[in-house]
Amino acid sequence: MTCSLFHPGLLLILSGFFIPLFNGTRRTLFILLIPCLALLSIWSMPLGNACNYQYLEYELILINLDTLSRLFLTVFAITVFTGSLFCCKQAKSTELAAAFIYAGGAMSVVLAGDLISLFIFWELMALASTLIIWSANNNGSWRAGMRYITIHLLGGVVLMCGITAYVNETGSLLFTHMQANSVATWLILSGFLLNAGAPPLSAWLADAYPETSFSGMVFLSAFTTKTAVYVLLRGFPGTDLLVYIGLFMIFYGIIYALLENDMRRILAYSIINQVGFMVCGIGIGTEMALNGAAAHAFTHIIYKALLLMSAGSVLYMTGKRKCTDLGGLIQSMPVTALCGIIGALAISSFPLTSGFVSKSMITQASVDEHIIWVWLLLQAASAGVFLHAGIKFPWFVFFQKDSGLRPDDPPLNMQIGMILFAITCILLGVFPEVLYDMLPYPVQYVPYTAAHVVTQLQLLLFSGLAFFVMLPWMQRTLTISLDFDWFYRKPGPYIFNVLFNYLEQFQTGLCHLYTKIPIKEVSNVLAFRLSIARNIFILLGLFILTLFYFLI
Amino acid sequence: MKQNWFYKKSSIKKIWVAAAVVLLLTVLIELVVTLHPHFRIESIFAFHAVYGFLTCVAMIIFAKILGVFIKRKDDYYDM
Repeated sequence: MTCSLFHPGLLLILSGFFIPLFNGTRRTLFILLIPCLALLSIWSMPLGNACNYQYLEYELILINLDTLSRLFLTVFAITVFTGSLFCCKQAKSTELAAAFIYAGGAMSVVLAGDLISLFIFWELMALASTLIIWSANNNGSWRAGMRYITIHLLGGVVLMCGITAYVNETGSLLFTHMQANSVATWLILSGFLLNAGAPPLSAWLADAYPETSFSGMVFLSAFTTKTAVYVLLRGFPGTDLLVYIGLFMIFYGIIYALLENDMRRILAYSIINQVGFMVCGIGIGTEMALNGAAAHAFTHIIYKALLLMSAGSVLYMTGKRKCTDLGGLIQSMPVTALCGIIGALAISSFPLTSGFVSKSMITQASVDEHIIWVWLLLQAASAGVFLHAGIKFPWFVFFQKDSGLRPDDPPLNMQIGMILFAITCILLGVFPEVLYDMLPYPVQYVPYTAAHVVTQLQLLLFSGLAFFVMLPWMQRTLTISLDFDWFYRKPGPYIFNVLFNYLEQFQTGLCHLYTKIPIKEVSNVLAFRLSIARNIFILLGLFILTLFYFLI
Repeated sequence: MKQNWFYKKSSIKKIWVAAAVVLLLTVLIELVVTLHPHFRIESIFAFHAVYGFLTCVAMIIFAKILGVFIKRKDDYYDM
């Protein structure tokens, strides 16, 4: 298939399978070369459609390149490169292989011009990302991975139902702008939103991501939620509901991050918070807002990866991730601390960092549309970002009380990865034209006006003051916060067990009636058959569900 | 062990003084810079500073109250 030579997504997926064949320097060279080739192919490809295939009566379009998809592909390739550099000597081959297949899946989703190929790569991402979680190879990651894949397969089923109904309704497979006005499009929108970390099922993100290895979360943070942002940008721009959902995500992320003790879970909640800004921008739907959402996705992937590399380095060198165990690390890990602080400033949209030039476009869009309540909430949220991620993460990890830990900075390749992204954060902040030129719509926005810099500094610095004034209220405790996942982690399994106990008793009774085997022995005899019965019961349930779906 | 600069009492004092000066400057500069307010509420002097501070305090208080209901020991799900 000549197409795979030019398709950056397929290139990454295929090379993922080859990573376990290499060791040492060869593996390093291989995993650094492939993302460069992908980047080269992204920028050498002409805009438009390519790689069209006929499948049954449908036409699949594997490459549909425009300025929006090119922007996302570019940042994906850069992140695979820097993420690989960050862990090229330390990560397991299985994790790197999964990361490449996952990133390739994300690129292929971005390139997909039709809904079937989009769905296939969407599901491939779910599987590969679960493998990244499992690569941490401990009990916590195993269980979190199971919950993660369950939720994502559920999302996949919803998306598939939506796509089937949509094709049935419209007769078209093309992935293009849709209106959320039918069951089909609502299901598609729900499937997309689940991956964006939208309520009510947002708990999967903060549950699973922090259970990965020190490097796994760097990859995970970049692709699933941002691919969701991309498909929302393409499929549902200007959908009013997204403004409300985005605002909810923004404040949900802040409040939960404020309560959190695990440094990587703080950053996980902050992903939802940042994606909330993008979703809100997509909901506003003007050219300025959509440009802002796309630009923010670009800058966010980079500074979030930087923050997670910094947190990953701390985890790698100390084996600890709770704020209550950390503190004072600036004394022995100056490079990690400095890079973490630059990431923290970028996420807070400090002037001269990348967040400043991207997030403010979304805020500006709310000003242009004269929606004062959205603007007020976005401003409060900007202050809140500095509070929960901008200060809280560096403060509790690198400063606060001295934990007595004196780990060195991580190995050189990890440091170079961080430094590269720290420099990128600053360069994008100082020269925003580079980013603006890649955006889908022409940009007339000037981020650096005296008024904007002054008001932003006021907002952020006084939010910092609030942090230190309220510090006694912010002290960390050895706690977690309940979220929606409580339902499927506590009462869910309990109800399931009770139901199956009754089923077992029922079967035991039936068996006793027919075979006259004493009740005590029945369970031994039937242990094997019961497990089959259980499976049949589940299959039957699925069959009934499918039947219902087709009848309706 | 040599005490890090950040942990010396004298430096902490210096940091607070420097921070206070910077905070004051960001507000006072409003007297010189024209802010082009888009909404009427923005014309209030030092609006962004006050708004940033108050909303953050409100978020911390809200989180604290919510925490009473949803915080559990961190081995809650392992039990």
